[in-house]
Amino acid sequence: MGNILNQIGIENYIFLSVVLFCIGIFGVLYRRNAIIVFMSIEIMLNAVNLLFVAFSTYHQDAQGQVFVFFSMAVAAAEVAVGLAILVSIFRNIGSISIDNLKNLKG
Amino acid sequence: MNTLIAITGLGIFCLLFEILNLRKAIVPITILGLLGVLALNYCEFGAEQSYYNNMIAVSKFSTAFSSLFIVLTIFLVALSHNFYHNHPTKISDYVAIKVFLLAGAVAMVSFGNLAMFFLGIEILSIALYVLAASDRLNIKSNEAGMKYFLMGSFASGIILFGICLIYGAMGTFDISEIHESALSAELPIWFPIGLILMIIGMLFKVAAVPFHFWAPDVYEGSPALTTALMSTLAKVVAIATLFKLISGMNVIASLDNQDLLHTFEVIVVIISIASMSVGNIMALRQVNVKRMLAFSGISHAGFMLMALLTVSASAGVLLYYTTAYALAGIAAFSVILYVCRDHDNEDITNFHGLGKTNPLLAAILTASLLSMAGIPIFSGFFAKLFLFDQTIQAGYIGLVIVAVINSIISVGYYFKLIIAMYSKEPNQERTGKPFLIYATAVVSIALNIALGLFPSLVLDLLK
Repeated sequence: MGNILNQIGIENYIFLSVVLFCIGIFGVLYRRNAIIVFMSIEIMLNAVNLLFVAFSTYHQDAQGQVFVFFSMAVAAAEVAVGLAILVSIFRNIGSISIDNLKNLKG
Repeated sequence: MNTLIAITGLGIFCLLFEILNLRKAIVPITILGLLGVLALNYCEFGAEQSYYNNMIAVSKFSTAFSSLFIVLTIFLVALSHNFYHNHPTKISDYVAIKVFLLAGAVAMVSFGNLAMFFLGIEILSIALYVLAASDRLNIKSNEAGMKYFLMGSFASGIILFGICLIYGAMGTFDISEIHESALSAELPIWFPIGLILMIIGMLFKVAAVPFHFWAPDVYEGSPALTTALMSTLAKVVAIATLFKLISGMNVIASLDNQDLLHTFEVIVVIISIASMSVGNIMALRQVNVKRMLAFSGISHAGFMLMALLTVSASAGVLLYYTTAYALAGIAAFSVILYVCRDHDNEDITNFHGLGKTNPLLAAILTASLLSMAGIPIFSGFFAKLFLFDQTIQAGYIGLVIVAVINSIISVGYYFKLIIAMYSKEPNQERTGKPFLIYATAVVSIALNIALGLFPSLVLDLLK
């Protein structure tokens, strides 16, 4: 594994993760469908997981890979709560578009 | 460490009470349990120890802030008895979520490893998403929950990326190892970038300008008790954690080594000034009390961020300021809960004539607002005094002048509410004297005044 990392270079892993992370950020900021926004958040978290594994190999240290399990479990719990909120919104207004959530202003 | 285990056990017991059909007893038993945890936490004070391969590091800082969180949770649990009386079957869920939230908060200030920090912040945030959306038939509460969820998980993603880059630079998650290697001369550029990302994420949670835009909407839409929780407990937790991150990872010395310290200080000063000014100026034109307190919370976040300029000396001052602010917030919100329990909004018109119908509650709300504004004998004044003194000694006179001007502006909107209570005629009947709400309001404002008379009780804890 270390050999492959030497050939590719850790920088390229960082660039890939940053690109994926930015795709996630733009998804959160610009998409209006709540499900797609959730998927964008997952892309952000998974970009970080990828980088954790790459750094873990780079340092020859298992902690990074263990952290990935934590962050995956947390992401699953987070999305479960988010989907529950989304279901209650859908029951109230019959739509999952974020544009409908404009009652609070001032 | 025992504190954290005891709190988690108490949360599980709250869920068991539901099965055993002991719903009526849940609030008193939880309060007694939390008092026990408080005593346990007091026993740990002063013992510097680390557990589980330095995952949890107990220090004076962590135990002192944990005690504050436990006290705040006791107040919030006491208030939930009346707040959820329309949902008797769900009260154990709400109380259990609050107790688990406290477990996350304690983990956040006593972490010794970035993994524990991340878990703590997620436990706290996920519990808050649920509470914000907990009034599920109300579209406003749904919207608040959704907005808070999106912003919160966005911020969590940024914090996670920051942790990842710090791990890449250091090869470890352990705070004490990071503390040592942060001083080495050649660090990869990832380390400062990771730090910036983590600080940005935490500023989201603190609701400091320019990352504050979610706060007013979420505070207004959430159920009033959740708003109380967010504006007192969650804000205090976030600012304490940010402080611990910066002091624990030796950020100041590390940035000094790389000639970035001046930039960092300028950024903190700008964010602090912007938070105070934007919060206060926006609060002037609000008619909804919850929204007004949201902006007031943003401006207080600006004041608390001033403590980051003097990290090595200001732990005690930060503890004092957060205690004063949170106790005043609890007192104010318990009055708001009483006044607005039968209304679907929290406009200032609901408070008209409170001074004639309920003089005690009106006096308590006045006292808590005066404490937030920084009027003497209340602890809010001394908190600001000590914080300004500390900041002037570090040489930031300009910042303190802006802060004083902002304190004067803030008197404007606090007095708008006070005048509405005393000079307008009552426009409605207010019946009933719920014991727990009165007790919470009286005890919290009494604690606030006691701290104002004897500041050294809290101030010297962390010396």
